Amino acid sequence: MAKLSPETQERIRYLKDRFPRRRSAVLPALHYAQAELGCLEDDTLAEVAALLEVPVRMTTEVVGFYTMFDRLPTGRYKLEVCRNLSCKLMGAKKVVEYIEGKLGVRCGETTEDGKFTLLEAECLGACGYAPMMMVGPYFYEFLTREKVDSILDALSRDEMPPVAPAGYLEKDGAGSGGNGKQAVPSASTEIRDHLAIRLGAKGDKA
Amino acid sequence: MKGELRVTTANVDRPRSYTLDVYREHGGYRSLEKALKEIKPDDLIQMVKDAGLRGRGGAGFPAGMKWGFVPKSIPKPRYVVCNADESEPGTFKDRVILERDPHLLIEGCLLTAYAVESHNAYIYIRGEYGLPIRRVTRAVEEAYQAGYLGKNILGSGFDCDVTVYAGAGAYICGEETGLLDSLEGKRGHPRLKPPFPAVAGLYGAPTVINNVETLSSVPAIVEKGADWFKSTGVANSTGPRIFAVSGHVVKPGIYELEMGKVTLRELIEDHCGGIRGGRKVKAVIPGGASTPILTADELDVPLDFESLQKAGTAMGSTAVIVMDETTCMVHAALVLTEFFAHESCGQCTPCREGTHWTAKILRRFERGGAKREEIDVLLDICSEMGGGRTICALADGAIGPVKSSVEKWRHEYEAHVEKGCPQKGELCEVEW
Repeated sequence: MAKLSPETQERIRYLKDRFPRRRSAVLPALHYAQAELGCLEDDTLAEVAALLEVPVRMTTEVVGFYTMFDRLPTGRYKLEVCRNLSCKLMGAKKVVEYIEGKLGVRCGETTEDGKFTLLEAECLGACGYAPMMMVGPYFYEFLTREKVDSILDALSRDEMPPVAPAGYLEKDGAGSGGNGKQAVPSASTEIRDHLAIRLGAKGDKA
Repeated sequence: MKGELRVTTANVDRPRSYTLDVYREHGGYRSLEKALKEIKPDDLIQMVKDAGLRGRGGAGFPAGMKWGFVPKSIPKPRYVVCNADESEPGTFKDRVILERDPHLLIEGCLLTAYAVESHNAYIYIRGEYGLPIRRVTRAVEEAYQAGYLGKNILGSGFDCDVTVYAGAGAYICGEETGLLDSLEGKRGHPRLKPPFPAVAGLYGAPTVINNVETLSSVPAIVEKGADWFKSTGVANSTGPRIFAVSGHVVKPGIYELEMGKVTLRELIEDHCGGIRGGRKVKAVIPGGASTPILTADELDVPLDFESLQKAGTAMGSTAVIVMDETTCMVHAALVLTEFFAHESCGQCTPCREGTHWTAKILRRFERGGAKREEIDVLLDICSEMGGGRTICALADGAIGPVKSSVEKWRHEYEAHVEKGCPQKGELCEVEW
């Protein structure tokens, strides 16, 4: 029973022979599947393996190893607050507590309306711009209460936050968002939409 | 500012620095043109050897020597892999190149591929780096359209393809053989060495794998010459490096400095404006989470490979984490140990078990219930984890912060046993 749309199936089939060895297509294919479905349940892992024509173990054995892959549905927006040393020195713990209070959930939980999942993440490479959180693919740095407020307010209305994610300039805006209903795409969606184009497309069989 | 030398970050402040137009306006791809026309591949390897360029990822292995190990005679493809899986806590230096000067990296990859006569380069970027993935992919597109990638590059007869690959969240994929396994679609499990990647790397073929900043240093070496590069920095630590400073300094951020010309204290006080709120510095991690912590009295050390090694620590990934006098060193060790416990791939028992046991004991020190003799248990576990008992260096890295904090701030551990955490279980005083 196919859960993936014909378009995603086609994308995954396209990946199949784009690498010198087929197994290299597993990680991008899982990103594609997660971009569409939000998480990777057992039947999806089987479906992706079938599309790539690889044994199911090749999808199941990696899914638990990589933190970006979710086995269960999450809220529409994952808020991932960096908890490593540089961010904690600058107040990351207070950021988490503030968001917990605001959303009425504990870290690791999803709000009742299914909109937000609050998580702590390991170092995301924004140490000099701490504290920070990642929402989908976007980094929000030098967080203040006001910034957190405006980000959460916008997302709760499914609007793009008025605070620009770090590094995005005028003509290189953070895009129009995910699938129309979501203001911010998931990290896997960003990977699908921006990486897919060139993945091995030049046929790198040596 | 003293010691500043911008080579890999020379372009990053220009508007739209990440576009091909701006890159070319400021001399971009001229090194590639020059190499394809005037330099033989083996001479390019010699040039990088002569320049003394050492790896900028963590281990500091001489890049030219690494390239020289790649056998050119066996009938297998050769690969160039760029390690852009930047995830050592404290490190955010490669990100600036990926986001702000992706063409520099592509040119570096091309020169490296030309030197080792490879026709395929992969850029493996950690999956959480959304903007870097976007920028590098677009730059690769532009480079193909302009004839810098693909077949018969600039009419030279040299072919090279570049593929961007996204990780999916795992620190261990920054270990070079873990990265190769990940790129092959597997769990990122570091491989036993030998064989080294130069002989049997990606898909079992000879592979050069270098860090973003290392590869991005090559165009300048081709442009200005090995002698110029060697004249910067100090002996055995040539060229500049990007220092990524975070924590309790007034001006955190990126500083590209000649190696050996500036001390850690000067970096913190002069370049970064000192400690926030007029407080005193207490401890500094000089090269990312894996490097032993230095005390406030140990900061007059020049920032180069040998000086830092002599000081009992390492240059690592030049990620400088600064902690002020309010910081609880037990808590700092705990945060880092929880990271390593989370990121251990689980292949080797000393690392899989040791990181978790260390974290458990440290949690007891922080939250209550630790015994005084457990201070030495921590050191015991460290000595059982490190020194070549594991496939990769993660365990040795995990020891760094624990062992150094116990040895240098033992009185804090003792105080935790007697009176509990002086910061009441917090890492430091922080206003937010």
